[in-house]
Amino acid sequence: MLKIEDLNVHYGVIHALKGVSLEVKQGEIVSLIGANGAGKTTLLHSISGIIKSTSGSIIFEDNDITKRSAKDIVSYGVTQVPEGRRIFKGMSVEENLYMGAYLRSDKDGIHKDLESVFERFPRLKERIKQNAETLSGGEQQMLAMGRALMARPKILLLDEPSMGLSPLLVKEIFKIIIDINKQGTTILLVEQNAKMALGIANHAYVLENGKIVLSGLGHELANSPDVKKAYLGG
Amino acid sequence: MIQFMQQLINGISLGSIYALIALGYTMVYGIIKLINFAHGDIYMLGAYIGFVFATKTGMGFIPTLIVAMITCSIIGVVIEMIAYKPLRNATRITALITAIGVSYFIEASTQKVMGTNPRAFPNLLPKGNLNISGVVITYQQIFILVVTVLLMIGLQFVVTKTKIGRAMRAVSVDTDAARLMGVNVDQTISFTFALGSALAGAAGVLVGIYYNSINPLMGLVPGVKAFIAAVFGGIGIIPGAMLGGILIGVTEALVSGYGSSLYKDAVVYVILIIILVVKPAGLLGKNVREKV
Repeated sequence: MLKIEDLNVHYGVIHALKGVSLEVKQGEIVSLIGANGAGKTTLLHSISGIIKSTSGSIIFEDNDITKRSAKDIVSYGVTQVPEGRRIFKGMSVEENLYMGAYLRSDKDGIHKDLESVFERFPRLKERIKQNAETLSGGEQQMLAMGRALMARPKILLLDEPSMGLSPLLVKEIFKIIIDINKQGTTILLVEQNAKMALGIANHAYVLENGKIVLSGLGHELANSPDVKKAYLGG
Repeated sequence: MIQFMQQLINGISLGSIYALIALGYTMVYGIIKLINFAHGDIYMLGAYIGFVFATKTGMGFIPTLIVAMITCSIIGVVIEMIAYKPLRNATRITALITAIGVSYFIEASTQKVMGTNPRAFPNLLPKGNLNISGVVITYQQIFILVVTVLLMIGLQFVVTKTKIGRAMRAVSVDTDAARLMGVNVDQTISFTFALGSALAGAAGVLVGIYYNSINPLMGLVPGVKAFIAAVFGGIGIIPGAMLGGILIGVTEALVSGYGSSLYKDAVVYVILIIILVVKPAGLLGKNVREKV
């Protein structure tokens, strides 16, 4: 479904991604783990068209999206939940959700999806008119995910959804991710919380200094001694 | 009391014009963090476009206003495309200096084409006034107030209730996040310039009618005043610009009425300094503290 081949990204003289190749098949959850600064967010931003790559290709469902605009990429069905939620402060919960459906014009469909987001995240419905800035961290993460779902994505790119959340909330968020996946949305998950991320992944990749150093089935990586040592605390 | 009411009314009608110009400053700042110093000159162009259109066609107030607004919005978009868009990733000081350059360019070109002498703006609104127990309100003042209030309501509607308005706010809060939602950021910025420039164009026509005289450098002082109004209310905040504009207009009128009109500009600048010291984010601005 999503195929990245030999992707290189430079920030000025810094070579941020060095020939990254990765594949996500339809219906899967693929996790990408790695330390801070490994290039995880850079990779997601390249897929979303926010950062331009220097070489390599990103193919989504037979479309070459390497050089497409962020807008086109969203309209193909690739939506990102960015790191740190990036909800629109000063706008209400409802307005934030409508921003997710920005490229859609099917009013009935949007309304239906709004209802199903509220079903999934009942707390958002309680706060529908509230300024999104006033939500708690967990609620903001739910809002960011709900907002992305409003685009009706085929693949959802999640960047560090567990960041800054309590262990209990992290569990809840991961349950929701599995649930979204079960309802037919493919997931590419970027995480520092390697244990949780590998636990739910079909396939997983380890990114180190801009390079994929390991890949395999999720449970394989979770049991690999290298990964255990570096990312799972022994 | 009569004197006070009279100055209040003069102040509000003048201030509503400052507010119209201030809105453009504030919206553009909100979205690309640029103080568009050419904005006062767009207002001047609005006055000249209104002048040429009204004298050549002999049409009335409404068509003149609409033509000036549309033409100014096109000019605003073109300026953004040529001068500011290539500098999107440049430092802010670069864009600021460019804005000053654009301002001089517009002033000099207008002087070249229209001459440096002031022109008499045709009288498009009925003369006459209402006398309410000693307080005189001219029909022109009523018109100016009605038009500015309608424009502000229209703007508020666009910004808060429409899809493009939501996009404008989203881009100004977090440009990349808006991009991730599929917002075309360049188009949204162009739209913001169009909106702000249209309001400045309307202000130009209204001032032309109010003062009856226009000249190529007329945008300088009101441009600076409107900028102060925007800072006063909290730059980037739309209701703040409206409030700031009205407050500055009223302050000027009261100072002219009770003290001396020589001091009115000084008082406005003193207020600016006090605001910057006491509440740098402006009257309606929030002191942003980074959440870690």
